[in-house]
Amino acid sequence: MRIKLEKRREPSMAMLVTTPIASVLLTMLIGIVVFDLIGIDGFKAVVDIFLSPLLVSYKWQDVAVKAAPLIIIALGLSMGNRAQVWNIGAEGQYVIGALCSAGVGIAFGQTGGFFVVLLMIAAGVAGGGLWAAVPAWLRTKFNVNEILSSLMLTYVSFQVLGYLVGGPWKDPNGRNFPATAPLADSQTLPVWPDSTVHLGVLIALILPFVFWVIMARSEFGYQVRVVGSSTTAARHGGFDSKRTIWATLIIGGAMAGLAGAFEFVGVLHKMDLGFPSGYGFTAIIVAFLGRLNPFGCLIAGIVLAVTYVGGQMAQTSVHIPNSTAGIFQAMMLFFILASDILVRYRIRLIASTKAAGV
Amino acid sequence: MASPARLELTGITKRFPGVLANDNVGFSVKPGEIHALLGENGAGKSTLVKMIYGIMQPDAGEIRWDGQRISVPNPKVARKLGIGMVFQHFSLFEAMTVLENIALGMDAKIPARELESRILAVMGQYGLKLEPHRIVSTLSVGERQRIEIVRALLLNPKLLIMDEPTSVLTPQEVEQLFAVLRKLAEEGCSILYISHKLHEIKALCDTATILRGGQLVDTCDPAVETSRSMAEKMIGGSLKDISRVAGREFGATKLAVKALSLAADGPFGTALSDISFNVRAGEIFGVAGVAGNGQNALLLALSGEATNADPASVTVDGVAVGHMQARARRGHGMGSVPEERNGHAAVPIFTLADNAVLTARDRLGMVRAGLIDAKAARTYAGEVIEAFSVKATGPGAMAESLSGGNLQKYIMGREILQKPQVLIVSQPTWGVDAGAAAAIHQALVDLAATGSAIVVISQDLDELLSLCDTMAVINGGRLSRPMAVADAKIDEIGLLMGGIHGDVAHAH
Repeated sequence: MRIKLEKRREPSMAMLVTTPIASVLLTMLIGIVVFDLIGIDGFKAVVDIFLSPLLVSYKWQDVAVKAAPLIIIALGLSMGNRAQVWNIGAEGQYVIGALCSAGVGIAFGQTGGFFVVLLMIAAGVAGGGLWAAVPAWLRTKFNVNEILSSLMLTYVSFQVLGYLVGGPWKDPNGRNFPATAPLADSQTLPVWPDSTVHLGVLIALILPFVFWVIMARSEFGYQVRVVGSSTTAARHGGFDSKRTIWATLIIGGAMAGLAGAFEFVGVLHKMDLGFPSGYGFTAIIVAFLGRLNPFGCLIAGIVLAVTYVGGQMAQTSVHIPNSTAGIFQAMMLFFILASDILVRYRIRLIASTKAAGV
Repeated sequence: MASPARLELTGITKRFPGVLANDNVGFSVKPGEIHALLGENGAGKSTLVKMIYGIMQPDAGEIRWDGQRISVPNPKVARKLGIGMVFQHFSLFEAMTVLENIALGMDAKIPARELESRILAVMGQYGLKLEPHRIVSTLSVGERQRIEIVRALLLNPKLLIMDEPTSVLTPQEVEQLFAVLRKLAEEGCSILYISHKLHEIKALCDTATILRGGQLVDTCDPAVETSRSMAEKMIGGSLKDISRVAGREFGATKLAVKALSLAADGPFGTALSDISFNVRAGEIFGVAGVAGNGQNALLLALSGEATNADPASVTVDGVAVGHMQARARRGHGMGSVPEERNGHAAVPIFTLADNAVLTARDRLGMVRAGLIDAKAARTYAGEVIEAFSVKATGPGAMAESLSGGNLQKYIMGREILQKPQVLIVSQPTWGVDAGAAAAIHQALVDLAATGSAIVVISQDLDELLSLCDTMAVINGGRLSRPMAVADAKIDEIGLLMGGIHGDVAHAH
């Protein structure tokens, strides 16, 4: 017997939907086996990481708050990926976005009302977008690969964060900890009563519809898809590839900046060295697990948020490190990328010796 | 029987989801025979030869090779048996050199220097011109095809399968190729020759097998048949001639090209230098030339995919458009069809409706307030499919699921139904069967009759002579003086294509 990949006449919709689900299930299965082999109760670990956050109602708000930035960032990244633009630096754009928000907050001090919140969010969007404009400029002007430049700018953003919270923006009443002063209550995002669920979560639920309309219905979304498929065909159709690179990178950065602003204004209320939490990197997994589809990103964002929360729960229940969740997230990405080929190809088993057609 | 057939097929059947590509097909090829395989696009020729070459496996039927029952599980086995193939669509790595591409295609590992000398020997023997160290991405279609031919000849095949080999060659080159093939046949090599050019089949082939809709229609002697009778067997109906009004008058100048020069795109591209011509309303202007002489650059410069510094170098209805990009030029009534269908004229992984949006969205108002009117796109795609009898499941079919000829009909239709004032087309019938080619030619003639100016860039001289009113030859990025087709002499055109100008070029 021989295994052969045969091209499908049309991409398989069934595979498009089932492979992400299969990737998650396969990750759980491999997780159980591996943990059992190293002497940990694998079944309990996997149940805690993947299911407990959904079964315990008081964890739902944690899942929602963690899913929001993942969804928002992944929406922006998947738009770029559709145009074959690979922004790996969303984490940096997230940090810079939040810093820009914080800058506005600090400038207004404790004064000003809700309009300061709006201004902070706008500053986050602008900051993230500008940070991503740097790789766009380098790519379109000097043909510098945006994977490298955006990733390196992430480490630059960490240094900027460290400098600002440890220096000029340090809270004078903060016992010398490197952190900004907390926002006044009037300058934070509204939350659902008696919960941590802030307005950004609602926006994260609405944005997939907006992105779906843009990608599936608008001329701009069409342009992004054409440029991603063939720059020559795009030129024939009268679309400017460079402008598309600029636009998708800036939108990706703006979304990461928005997520950063929400995290600062809605959750943490101050900036410190612990602000970068890996959402910008995890969102890459969300984008691919969600098949670069806005609604897919919504679902995948929730799945990944579950593993974040579940990872923390498994720390206490089965005594495994929090970073285990990261291993599971990476496994999911691995499986989804590996199974990608099944969308356009089918597997055929072929008898190798038998003469054909008898 | 003295000797068994080199290749004998019986009852070959191949089914794809929804299509019966080959239905109980059988024929045989004798040693040293040049055997034509004829059929429209989608008739199942490609599928059949893919099974002979081991790319696909038949669902039923048997293949005999020198009398022995064989199965060909993969192309490597086919090559070992002595089956060589030159594909219509090339399998070349664009970023590698000619030499590297040929080396990759060889099953045996041959030192580069030895391979190079063998390549040069084969090229010398058969008169195929090719620079082994050129990067493939800089080569024209015709040059790329030569790589494939050399690659196949290097294996000393006993059966050579050629899929549409002459579509990109000059008359002289076709003659040279035929000499090569006849020589090979004399040496005992069988040739399975797929083509739509019926006069070529009459000139070259000993036997012709005609397929239609996956079924064998006839095996006949091309010397006895006429081109017309074979074409009619192929399409299963009677063939229409191009009909045009006699004694037409041309209107005012629609497209004026004046002293158009453009720097070469990349180290192996062709620079355009000082190109001037006018095309009047109702006129079809042909640009002949051997592949790689600047045809691509000319198409890009005219369509606006490459913009020229001087606005006045290209004017449409008196409006200078030389500085405008493709989209703006379309706004002034200019349409274009590049020679490469997949990935240039159309996006392969898009539906036909989405591909309609690519070039028709502005002229036909498919975008409103930034949103695409998907219904308008579907409707228009449906109209094109209907008007040009494109074989497709509908506007929702992926462009890549169509055969080359059908996709070409769709792309031509997409531009023509927009009623452009000026239409620039390159290789409009490359790899397209006789029925589809006739339909495309008729559509161009009809468009011209409505008062549009048309430029046809083609390497198929017969096509230009039957289609155009005026023509010129492009060579090394320069365009010859335009001549009326009625007064043109084939010899002179052939010489111009070969680069003999008899003017400035000789002075140096």
